[in-house]
Amino acid sequence: MSTTTEKSPATASRVEYVTPPVNLHQDAEGYTLEVEMPGVGKDGVEITAGDGKLTIVGHRKAAETAGKAIYRERSSRGFRRVFDLDPSIDTGAISAHVEQGLLTVQLRKAESAKPRKITVS
Amino acid sequence: MSIIRYKTPELTPWSSVGRLSSLQEFLDSAFQLAGPVRGSSFGWSPGLDVYEDADKVTVQLELAGVKKEDFEISLHEDVLTIAGERKAEKREGESYRSERAFGTFSRSVTLPGPVKSGEVKATYQDGVLTVTLPKAEEAKPRKIQVELE
Repeated sequence: MSTTTEKSPATASRVEYVTPPVNLHQDAEGYTLEVEMPGVGKDGVEITAGDGKLTIVGHRKAAETAGKAIYRERSSRGFRRVFDLDPSIDTGAISAHVEQGLLTVQLRKAESAKPRKITVS
Repeated sequence: MSIIRYKTPELTPWSSVGRLSSLQEFLDSAFQLAGPVRGSSFGWSPGLDVYEDADKVTVQLELAGVKKEDFEISLHEDVLTIAGERKAEKREGESYRSERAFGTFSRSVTLPGPVKSGEVKATYQDGVLTVTLPKAEEAKPRKIQVELE
């Protein structure tokens, strides 16, 4: 679980989040991150890259009450996960899309960081 | 005085089969669930919520990343079953971290009462499957008038 302290005008309150499961792949171009955040739509995703960190936050829509809960396993909290960014990643070239609660983030390595063949003259 | 440390098997018949099979029911009644909510004996178990109000029962299941065509909802008497599979996307390169669960899943919910099976609706949005089951008339709470003599 990850917690942050968010300051609001009246009080500083602790906001608690659930840690989403993540799959991370690396290939020659960079990294692909899959983050599972059921209940989070395109508007609920916040991705921030800076200071060498990639922060992903997913806000769930407030659930419409469908009566009394007789069995609950799901959490109503939002999701949050922070990653340390590989310095070779070009933060200007990060792309992401969400489909059915699965966020896929593509991180590209900067051109200069890719392996280059050096020819001997 | 003699302390009997243990009895030989022939002397203490233990109806083990009967006890164990009713353990599940015993625990379920102890926690007073609407009905046994069985987990899956498959690959993974999606998170489940069950809500009830006067008119309907609502079941929500977290299926992030599962495609609509990869699962099925079925209703048999008063048991709702959702089963399917989460398939992994083929990706180039090597996997650094693999926390997501894949494979088949199956969750069953015993509903608290009869429902109108012809009017069950299901929507799948943002990875959450919501199944709405309107209660059959006889299952709705009825006001009973008290007649005063």
